[in-house]
Amino acid sequence: MQMTASAGVRDPGARSDCWVEVSQAPDLPQHRVTSKVAALYGDAIHALIGSTLEALAAADLSATVEDRGALPFTLMARLEAAVRRLRPDTSRPALPPLNPAAQRVTQRDRLRRTRLYLPGNAPKFFINAGLHRPDAIILDLEDSVPPAEKDAAAILVRNALRAVDFYGAEVTVRVNSLPAGLAEIAMLAPHGVQAFLLPKVEDPDEVIAADRLLAEMAESGQAPETIYLIPIIETARGALQAWPIASASPRVVALAIGLEDYTRDIGAQRTPEGRESLWARSQVINAARAAGVQPISSVYSDVDDVAGLAAWAEAERKLGFDGVGCIHPRQVRVVHQVFTPSAAEVEQARRIVDAFAVAQATGLGVVAVDGKMVDAPVVERARRTLRLWELSRP
Amino acid sequence: MMGTIENAAGRRVPTEVNGKPVVPYQGVGCYMPTGRHAAPPIRSCAQYPADGNKVAPSLVEALRRAGLADGMVISSHHHFRDGDLLMPQVFAAAAELGVRDLVWFPSATFPCHESFIAYLESGLIHHIEGSLNGPLGRYASQGKMAGQAVLRSHGGRYRALQDGDVHVDIAVIAAPAADAFGNCSGVLGRAACGPLGFALADAQYADHVIVVTDTLVPFPCVPWHIQGNLVDQVVLVERVGDPDRIVSGTTRLTRSSDQLLIAEYAARFVRDAGIMRPGFSFQAGAGGISLAFTIFLGQMMREAGVKARFIRGGSTRYLVELLETGLTDYILDGQSFDLEGVRSLRDNPAHLATSPFTSYNYHGKGNFASLLDCVVLGATEVDVDFNANVVTHSDGLLLHGIGGWQDALFARCTILTVPSFRDRVPIIRDRVTTLCGPGELVDVVVTERGIAINPRRQDLFAVLAGSSLPLRSLQELKSEAEAICGGPPALPRTGERTIGVVSWVDGTILDRVQQVIAEGSK
Repeated sequence: MQMTASAGVRDPGARSDCWVEVSQAPDLPQHRVTSKVAALYGDAIHALIGSTLEALAAADLSATVEDRGALPFTLMARLEAAVRRLRPDTSRPALPPLNPAAQRVTQRDRLRRTRLYLPGNAPKFFINAGLHRPDAIILDLEDSVPPAEKDAAAILVRNALRAVDFYGAEVTVRVNSLPAGLAEIAMLAPHGVQAFLLPKVEDPDEVIAADRLLAEMAESGQAPETIYLIPIIETARGALQAWPIASASPRVVALAIGLEDYTRDIGAQRTPEGRESLWARSQVINAARAAGVQPISSVYSDVDDVAGLAAWAEAERKLGFDGVGCIHPRQVRVVHQVFTPSAAEVEQARRIVDAFAVAQATGLGVVAVDGKMVDAPVVERARRTLRLWELSRP
Repeated sequence: MMGTIENAAGRRVPTEVNGKPVVPYQGVGCYMPTGRHAAPPIRSCAQYPADGNKVAPSLVEALRRAGLADGMVISSHHHFRDGDLLMPQVFAAAAELGVRDLVWFPSATFPCHESFIAYLESGLIHHIEGSLNGPLGRYASQGKMAGQAVLRSHGGRYRALQDGDVHVDIAVIAAPAADAFGNCSGVLGRAACGPLGFALADAQYADHVIVVTDTLVPFPCVPWHIQGNLVDQVVLVERVGDPDRIVSGTTRLTRSSDQLLIAEYAARFVRDAGIMRPGFSFQAGAGGISLAFTIFLGQMMREAGVKARFIRGGSTRYLVELLETGLTDYILDGQSFDLEGVRSLRDNPAHLATSPFTSYNYHGKGNFASLLDCVVLGATEVDVDFNANVVTHSDGLLLHGIGGWQDALFARCTILTVPSFRDRVPIIRDRVTTLCGPGELVDVVVTERGIAINPRRQDLFAVLAGSSLPLRSLQELKSEAEAICGGPPALPRTGERTIGVVSWVDGTILDRVQQVIAEGSK
């Protein structure tokens, strides 16, 4: 029988994380802690180890902790991961208290100009992510987490959902492809997640399965009613099924595209101009619009190239997307600027809407602004601009 | 056990340091000493070669001729930062001469001086009277150093020499280039480092001045940042500094999104508070946040068409860019942090070398620091009354020098940029572990979670009413950071022994640093 198990990060250069080993104590359990914050939180760390093991019904285990400034929710997650690796039949979780300050309100049609990806097993990025004011946070359990750490990442993300204030960003989790993703949804849905991203969706049945699970959980009171779904199209099959996927469930609020995987799947090379994915991106936009959900584009991977990011985001906006993904907080503000109407655009939109209102009041169906005919679609676009501007104001 | 007394800041401080009586801190601008400056001994040209050739054959010989003896005070500057190759040679030569109990009086120490712990152990160096960074600070914190560290700012160090608080027997001045007469230039040679201002007081007030260089040029060595008329001897060695560790080839902007956020808030604050206006001035260092602040503010100046009259450095390529693109009339430079800074100082007449005398000396007839419209500084801790610490960490360990930090607090608007917590270490405290700067001189604290304005600055509140900047109280920021970190941190376990004192800019004692009881030695 296995006598010890560990979890966490042992790299001496690590920050805001820890390494934990638990072992069957020969007699009385003893905990050993080394910490760079020992002088400040040594006693608190010892107390938290005791209470966490107790919550996991594992008070008989000894823990060795090498701490590099892990916050309490992280220390608890690492301990739980180690205990579960030693004792897979551990039933009860050790949950950190819900952060009363964390705001968790979202809406179907809220802004999703930026969604900031956070690797699900890297807690140091969690705590300040919301300060950069992305419209949404994505706690990622999929591509950024190595297979051997999926279990630990899921526990860490669950604790973060409860403990971390993301300052009003929509808090989402990218789970792994089904069926693994379903277990992750079941585990995380009760803890404050607002939407799940489903990666590499190729079939509307995947969306329906996630929808059913969430409906069952809501019915039995395990999870709130409103948890949204955002399928990601990342393959040729997925692109061909975009419309059935986008319209598979009323929980779907957006349809996203992941271009790294998509271009690989179709045997293309990803270029800055993106000609190779134009069809798929247009397909996603049309499917999303047809289903009444937001089309969302991929990520721009050169973090240092601010001008390139702005140009790319501008092109995506003009193509019809409502937002893009971000892989670094620095990208958020650049993208927001692109997706926020300029003062001139707002002014023009206001004049169109006003002129149209006057025209309607006086019984005219059509009116001209600046010598150009204003009809229903033009008015609709102007209203959209004004609504976007209204939502974008800080 | 020597006596202690509570000073005007409410801190208990010793009445005696290293056997000499000291004056407790009395408040900002309250201590008015009388008397006259110190002065070096009178010398005659007849004692020096008429042809101006003061070159000594070796470092050992130069120290011998200088009369090196037990207990002497040896001073040095830190313009070579972590690339100092000279002081290890100086102490090796001193060891060769068999002396003991030297006092080292550097303007700052760096990790490259860690090997001097062996000299502290052997008794060659009795104690170090100066800033103690990193490894040397840790060593002193553990109570292992004989004597007490006296932590002074750059201006405070100048003042201590000028006022005679510290008497230097032998000043050793590392020069990137020098001539045989002793003129030194900081912008020529392999180890070019920029200005040499930190060595000015040493050259003026030491009994004996030795210039050491690896680049001897024919007279005159210009621009002379130290004048040969103050110099007794010149020594040529193979290398004085490691260029790669003196200045960075290029200073790079931080990629830390949190640092960038703090820097951006600080720059927006300076703009929105109306400090950024034609003819204004500011100072910001080369740390991650300060550098980013300079870049953000530069962009805002460009957008608004605002030109500064002068910017005080630590010069970097970003400051040089502001000068060269017409966004400031002058750079007043205390030290260059990268090669662009060195190049600009050498080639651009609007890029001027300054010293702690011109910029920071509190016992002068004014200094430049108080002329600044704003300064951006860091800190290791800030308390809810805006008092700040820059030398110890919350665990009590002495890990940083004061630098020009205290001196710069006298700017019209002093902005501290700090994270509200680092890893799991809260930075905003009820009371700072070590007091280095009185809260009345700190106007604004900028964190990633909001900006706190000192209640004394109601004018700033008024200007910023209706601003979109996240204005909050320090108490709120403290509570939020503590909630994240898991409650208020425990206080460090300190011992009875005072291992160092923090000197205020006027030479009075602001606070003391206690020995830390290390984990595991409970």
